[in-house]
Amino acid sequence: MSAVSLSQIVKRFGDYTAVHQMSLEIEEGSFVTLLGPSGCGKTTTLRMIAGLLDPTQGDITIKGRRVNDVPIHKRNLGLVFQNYALFPHKTVAENVAFGLNYRDVAKDEVKRRVAAALELVQLPELGARYPKELSGGQQQRIALARAIVIEPDVLLLDEPLSALDANLREDMRVELKRIQQSIGVTTVFVTHDQTEALAMSDQIIVMSEGRVEQVGAPEDVYNTPATEFVARFLGASNLLDARCTESAPGRVLLDLPGFPRIDIPKERAPRVSGPGPVRLVIRAEKLHLKAPGSPAEGMLSVDAVVGNVDYQGQSARYFVRVGDHQMQAVNMIEDHPFAEGERVTLQFRAKDCAALPVESRP
Amino acid sequence: MGWRLIRIYTILVYLFMFLPIAVVVLLSFNANQFGSFPMTGLSTRWFEVLWNNDAIMRAFRTSIVLGLMTAAISTVLGVLASLALVRYRIPGRNLITTLLIAPILVPEVVLAVSLLLFLNFLNFGKSFTLLLAGHVIFTLPFVILVVQARLVSIKRDVEEAALSLGASPRQTFFAITLPLLMPAVAAGGLFAFTISFDDITGTLFWKPGGIETVPTQIFSMLRNSISPEINALGTVMIVLTVGLPLIGAAIARKLATRSGL
Repeated sequence: MSAVSLSQIVKRFGDYTAVHQMSLEIEEGSFVTLLGPSGCGKTTTLRMIAGLLDPTQGDITIKGRRVNDVPIHKRNLGLVFQNYALFPHKTVAENVAFGLNYRDVAKDEVKRRVAAALELVQLPELGARYPKELSGGQQQRIALARAIVIEPDVLLLDEPLSALDANLREDMRVELKRIQQSIGVTTVFVTHDQTEALAMSDQIIVMSEGRVEQVGAPEDVYNTPATEFVARFLGASNLLDARCTESAPGRVLLDLPGFPRIDIPKERAPRVSGPGPVRLVIRAEKLHLKAPGSPAEGMLSVDAVVGNVDYQGQSARYFVRVGDHQMQAVNMIEDHPFAEGERVTLQFRAKDCAALPVESRP
Repeated sequence: MGWRLIRIYTILVYLFMFLPIAVVVLLSFNANQFGSFPMTGLSTRWFEVLWNNDAIMRAFRTSIVLGLMTAAISTVLGVLASLALVRYRIPGRNLITTLLIAPILVPEVVLAVSLLLFLNFLNFGKSFTLLLAGHVIFTLPFVILVVQARLVSIKRDVEEAALSLGASPRQTFFAITLPLLMPAVAAGGLFAFTISFDDITGTLFWKPGGIETVPTQIFSMLRNSISPEINALGTVMIVLTVGLPLIGAAIARKLATRSGL
């Protein structure tokens, strides 16, 4: 049985449809991320699961119970907000104990569980402080402790790391994942940050304009994007118009002008059905710039000219021209980065390429 | 040169504003029957006379009761109205806000006469209830303005967090929203009390025969003669209407710093 299941959910605000016919099964104990740009419907979806919004159509079940008509305070959820949303007039301990006061929990049991929760978020000594006396990272840990101390059926995280500084955000990411795994709570995480999604999730649901674009493990979503949107949204990708000339069992052959014939495994082009126009997808970090004439060693190679160079310290992002195509490549820098105007050989593996059918949707 | 003129001018303005008040306070401690300088000696006899004047003490009690009831009703209504206006999408929200604030803008005489005429039309006579209703009408805008401003600054997230933790909407209001709103509620209540306590225009129209508030009592006493008791009464009024809000503001600030807002 799924911990959370959405079936045929639609949410309209007046004429605007925020979520279209969304169906979703979230497994018990898993960490699932709703990923997408702002306005893609991810927060709306989370708020519907929480009970802060009512779906226009469709059913939501939590642990097998249909909750459409169950108000938020009876859903037993943990909710963590971007802005922490701690109660400013209560101490840290009172904040964490808040949810337990509305459940039949004995006084000393409350004390014990609050202490355990503070221990879990590694802030055992801050119980007597007020939220304004804490840093942003500490406040977010307390907010997390407050949400998990009630042993929720589902933990809902609405961009919980977005308000933190970059360094702190990375630490919190690791921390959040550790805490989630140690208590095994089913978690739905909303973010627009692909790094967070890739690093933390068991499963990523990529959304765009109120629709699910792809559902899959981080590696699958990253390596085998199901749609152009996913290819563009996650990582830096090159998308080139190509032709599928032959679709043999287990492999797909692609032709595009200026390139050698590309022979990609069928599982990297699951939606390409037969000969015709396709989109070739290749990640920027899978394109390697080499000095002209470097040995290819099982790689495909084409000649290219370096355009702009975006120097990033340990790596560089190159914009290169291959015939009529503009492409980008992200490479580690060995000695010096390549210079603008330099002639290079671009090498890549056919199995790092993916192909998508050409979409009619803009 | 220019600055010096401005300074002198400012001092003169302040003297013009506060000298009469200072004179009243000073004369209330005058031992002499006639309010004239030089004073012949200090005394608190006029406060004693005041204390023993039944009419004034009755008026005082009426004013206090009226003020407290006005404050209580205005605060409750004001908080409810603010919640509705800030937390819910209700049609015509701006219009309703304007209408609720309007009593501040309408001249008090107009408001007083129209309420009286309206109730006469409905065959209600003058009564204490009418007086109370009138005071509520023109203190309500102040409460709403203060409470609404504060409510806007309380994030909805905080209430949603409480709901998600299992508190019902009502429990959330009493455990989260109201405590965070308390400084504004206290300030609004104090406003309502002082405005009601001070009011004379509306009160003259609305009060039934035989009921006097402190300002109407002073007014009727002044028609006969300027008794030194009035100076003493003035001093008490000043202490109440200036001192109370100051104390209130101090308490509010203290509450606010403790809760970190």
